[in-house]
Amino acid sequence: MTALLLSLVIILGIVAIVQMLRVFDLSNSLKGEDEIQVNNQETNNIRWAFVVFFLGFFAFFIYLVVAFGDQLLPVSASEHGVEYDWLMNFNMIIITIVFVVTHIILMVFVVKYAKTVSPKATFVTHNNRLELIWTTTPAIVLTIIIIYGISTWNSMTMDKPKDSINIELYARQFDWTARYAGEDNTLGKANYRMISATNALGIINKNTIDERLNQYDEKLQELEESRAKVYPGGASDEDILEQIKLVKKNRAAVVQYKEQSKTENFDVANDDIITKVEFHIPVNKSVNFSIRSQDVIHSAFMPHFRAQMNAVPGVITSLYFTPIVTTKEMKEITGNPDFEYLLLCNKICGAAHYNMQMNIIVETEEEYNKWLAEQPRFNVAQAQ
Amino acid sequence: MAGHKETFITKYLFSYDHKMISRQFLLTGTVMAFIGMIMSLLFRLQLAFPGESFGVLNFFLGDKWAPGGVLDPNMYLALVTIHGTIMVFFLLTAGLSGTFANLLIPLQIGARDMASGMINMLSYWFFFLSSVVMIASLYVESGPAAAGWTVYPPLSALPQAMPGSGAGMTLWLVSMSFFIVSSLLGGLNYIVTVINLRTKGMKMTRLPLSIWALFVTAILGVLSFPVLFAAALLLIFDRTFGTSFYLSDIYIAGEALDHTGGSPLLFQHLFWFLGHPEVYIILLPALGITSEVISTNARKPIFGYRAMVGSILAIGFLSFIVWGHHMFITGMNPFVGAVFTFTTLLIAIPSAVKAFNYLSTLWKGSIRYTPAMMFAIAMVSTFITGGVTGIILADAALDVNLHDTYFVVAHFHIVMGLSAVMAMFAGVYHWFPKMWGRMLNKKLGYVHFWITFICAYGVFFPQHFQGLAGVPRRYYANTEFPIFDGLSDISLMVTIFAMIGGLAQLIFAFNLIYSMFKGPKAPQNPWSANTLEWTTPVEHIHGNWPGDLPVVHRWAYDFSKPSKDGTDYRIPGQDFVPQTVPLEEGEIDGEGH
Repeated sequence: MTALLLSLVIILGIVAIVQMLRVFDLSNSLKGEDEIQVNNQETNNIRWAFVVFFLGFFAFFIYLVVAFGDQLLPVSASEHGVEYDWLMNFNMIIITIVFVVTHIILMVFVVKYAKTVSPKATFVTHNNRLELIWTTTPAIVLTIIIIYGISTWNSMTMDKPKDSINIELYARQFDWTARYAGEDNTLGKANYRMISATNALGIINKNTIDERLNQYDEKLQELEESRAKVYPGGASDEDILEQIKLVKKNRAAVVQYKEQSKTENFDVANDDIITKVEFHIPVNKSVNFSIRSQDVIHSAFMPHFRAQMNAVPGVITSLYFTPIVTTKEMKEITGNPDFEYLLLCNKICGAAHYNMQMNIIVETEEEYNKWLAEQPRFNVAQAQ
Repeated sequence: MAGHKETFITKYLFSYDHKMISRQFLLTGTVMAFIGMIMSLLFRLQLAFPGESFGVLNFFLGDKWAPGGVLDPNMYLALVTIHGTIMVFFLLTAGLSGTFANLLIPLQIGARDMASGMINMLSYWFFFLSSVVMIASLYVESGPAAAGWTVYPPLSALPQAMPGSGAGMTLWLVSMSFFIVSSLLGGLNYIVTVINLRTKGMKMTRLPLSIWALFVTAILGVLSFPVLFAAALLLIFDRTFGTSFYLSDIYIAGEALDHTGGSPLLFQHLFWFLGHPEVYIILLPALGITSEVISTNARKPIFGYRAMVGSILAIGFLSFIVWGHHMFITGMNPFVGAVFTFTTLLIAIPSAVKAFNYLSTLWKGSIRYTPAMMFAIAMVSTFITGGVTGIILADAALDVNLHDTYFVVAHFHIVMGLSAVMAMFAGVYHWFPKMWGRMLNKKLGYVHFWITFICAYGVFFPQHFQGLAGVPRRYYANTEFPIFDGLSDISLMVTIFAMIGGLAQLIFAFNLIYSMFKGPKAPQNPWSANTLEWTTPVEHIHGNWPGDLPVVHRWAYDFSKPSKDGTDYRIPGQDFVPQTVPLEEGEIDGEGH
């Protein structure tokens, strides 16, 4: 049905153009018009059309502000976000002024200096004083913007409080996992070769290392067995040998790691807490996020907190902020009883990129502690 | 080649003649642009009506990628990716520079052809080959590349990560490698030609701004495209030979991969070291064309010629030290972020100078509203509208919440996409008489202009609001997030404008093809311009000028120059003084007396 409609529209469009052209050709030959000279009638039509256009453009701007202004992000829910919003408003005001003023000038010139009202142009090649003014004025304004911007940036990124709560955000196609550091506020180590069905984050402690080595052994045995029954159409012997090579390499790396880190305290990981779907943070406490990725680049985007950082495989990135508005309070501020803070993925990561999310619950410290106490610790969850 | 009898093949296909090569670039670029545009319309359908069934999607994409007429999420990403690639590289780099550098450089500097006609021909055919490979990649079983036009690894490096990273990505890389070869061959030729083949009297300080812009563009391309080539080559190595330049610590599809020590960020650095100059490779020719068209049709010299040249050079230089602003939130050291904020915001100064100089060129002019002039005015508008939001995005702090949202989409589509497209239209309407010896239909031009200009803003302006609301780009649908429900009207509005604007381009295509064959014959100098291309015969000949090369005596902008006593124009009854007219005694070049 839509195909039919669309093709109909296209056909109609072509017919309309052909007809228009015939009419134009006729009228051209009648009036002796040509394709070069723009006659006075046309010039006047166009200059007023430009006025209508620019006024319409401003009206469209205002319409968008009125119609969708309330859909923009609510007040910042983080401490630095308040600064961010000031900086944003400051910049927005400047660029809106520049945008409106230059467009009004453009509109006026387009009307005033059309050839019908300004038959003769004035020969002006340059004006050093004017040019100096419009070089230095933007330069001064930009200096202010740069200084203000960089100082905000510095305070957002370089003054991390020492007593932040450490949380890891772990990204993979296509979900998020949060890991709390537990009572010691230190995250246990992790390695991608340790990842398995029972240890999705590849966290390292004594149990998981041995468990992973066993899994590798099982896998090797399985692969060796499947070599014996290679069948046409299935994986070839070469493919299987290739897989065996990879598994052996990974196993050797884990063994080597185990040897090297004999003195390491692996118990750090034991009190870690893993949550999915949603994670909680206490209000008015600085939170430091370590961000990791399992496979491709993702981006941890928390728009309500004016916070974003990429999750890059092979690198641990980080960001920190202090939430200042609880979820409950934000529900009142926005007047939306269903409001939730969100963690979105904001770097193209594959088919379900558009639905890779987690809810963030900001609550009082009491509520937070109560919730955290109910969550199973890593070693307990492992044992189950 | 002079004196040889030309066959169809030497004249129309493997031509050495820069004018023919220019037409080849324009037509190939236009075909690619239509493909890119149709793709955008297809994914706009999905964005306006998420998950709904459309016969047209099934018609174009088949049962695999649009089963029952509902767009597959992988194909959505592929459409976005190929749309971006085609528009950025095939239309606005090759289509724009290829067309106008080839046409204008020899004609405006007074050269018989490019320095090497052979290299010039190769440049086109590598571009053609690259276009063919890119189109071919649409037909592979696992679908075309779908990792975004920036093809960040690991997503683009691992076929396990998405189907588009299989054979489609290989073809993408092959196509881009050919493209880079084309671009380098063309760019070197443009640089050599401008430096060596200027006719007598054509000092660098007398070059039209279009040539200055194309010259600096070519330099940017020659310096930055090899870096993209390196990035692509290393990506090919990672994909094919098991190296680990960009890959480290990856667990995917139930397997820990044997890649350690690489960094995905290395690719981003290499990519954006090209990627940012690339923005100006697109924008500078657009600014150059706009300068010519505005000055000619305002019947006034371009205001502040030296400042215009200076700002082209400044933009060219600065474009090499700002790439990090694409990476503020990749985990780069915050100090580096501060440095890139500083350099990026500096670009606003030469850009502002250009915008103000355009406005003051219009001031006290006598404007002729040819379609070209209207597109040039539209370009000034979009350059400002899109440019100012760059000030926000350049700020590392503010970028944190706007990065990869629709605000960015709105910003670069307006400042780079629309500005360059408007300027390209201006260029085509202005120089069509030179390219085909016939006139484009003016009335169709007006209809095309108004629909295009209105729809252009209608499509991209509202997207700022989506961005400020936090809507990420490259989302197949926003329906999974109830907080974005209130913005679905914007998606719908944008799609409607896009459909109408897309249809309007058929008017342009029709005008182009019809006028090529049936348009009224063009006079030698239809717009009463000063530059040398309008002194060549309307019928194309090899070597451009039948007799001796013209000699240049003055700059290109003596419009409405008064005579000494001020009672008439310098040439009585004619408000322009072509560059070939000698200076009178006591007359100063580029000054009022």
